[in-house]
Amino acid sequence: MEKIPILKFGEFLLVTIQVDLYDQLAENLEADLINLVRKHHSRGVLIDISAVSIIDSFMGRILVNIAKMSKIMDAETVVTGMQPAVAITLIELGLHFEGVYNALNIEKGMELLRSKIYNLDEDHDIYSSE
Amino acid sequence: MTFTVQNREEIAVTIEKDAIFFRNAVKTYATKISMGLLYQTKIITAASEIVRNLLKYGGGGKAMIETVTDGRKVGIRLTFKDSGPGIPDLDKAMSDGFSTGKSLGLGLPGAKRLVDQFDIRSTVGVGTTVTLLKWK
Ligand SMILES: Nc1ncnc2c1ncn2[C@@H]1O[C@H](COP(=O)(O)OP(=O)(O)OP(=O)(O)O)[C@@H](O)[C@H]1O
Ligand SMILES: [Mg+2]
Repeated sequence: MEKIPILKFGEFLLVTIQVDLYDQLAENLEADLINLVRKHHSRGVLIDISAVSIIDSFMGRILVNIAKMSKIMDAETVVTGMQPAVAITLIELGLHFEGVYNALNIEKGMELLRSKIYNLDEDHDIYSSE
Repeated sequence: MTFTVQNREEIAVTIEKDAIFFRNAVKTYATKISMGLLYQTKIITAASEIVRNLLKYGGGGKAMIETVTDGRKVGIRLTFKDSGPGIPDLDKAMSDGFSTGKSLGLGLPGAKRLVDQFDIRSTVGVGTTVTLLKWK
């Protein structure tokens, strides 16, 4: 079975999709990511799709699902490097990327994840001290 | 309007992997007529939606790629044919959010938005044919 490798990077999980996505592969990625978020109590998931030239409604929905499921387990999801043609096409198709943060590249994505998690933790501190 | 076909290829689509092969073939055809990246992305994404329907509801079928011209413009025409159950109500199927597969119902209306010409014909018990055309 073909698999997309997932890297653990501290409290984050990193995925760089370097192959053409098809439904089964995307579904496997979703299952694997959710399992790993649970196992490692990850706080962030970063998926780089800069090498992906086609995302249709099915694969788009998988990305949204990953974000939703991760959120339930207290992790934020950032998708990085979406090609402009892919972004425009997804909008015209009618798919909304709810709950998925976007960033230009992996570096910016990591920054965004850190800021999300850092801010959330501050919120937690406020609550717990009250 | 009459089109002249300059090039044609037919590909059987029965399993998911065929969809990838088909996607790449469309890419080759679109590149050959120097279609821009955005338009390529749009027609391949639309095709991906129709291929999924063909596999999921139509039980597989055939997909044809053609380079066509109307004398002035050049484009890519894709025809998808299955011998599945057919669609009883096309107007319903074409509307945003309608799905018998517990899905988003985005495929058909979304694909239509991404191309220049969209045609769907379906007969219950006979099958469904979808045609997409995108000018370069
Ligand atoms: N080739 C086909 N054969 C039979 N029925 C079809 C075919 N293509 C589409 N349909 C019917 O039309 C409906 C709408 O299709 P559409 O692609 O818009 O949505 P969907 O496949 O249900 O959801 P999504 O594409 O968002 O995952 C389907 O639910 C199905 O009932
Ligand atoms: Mg569909």
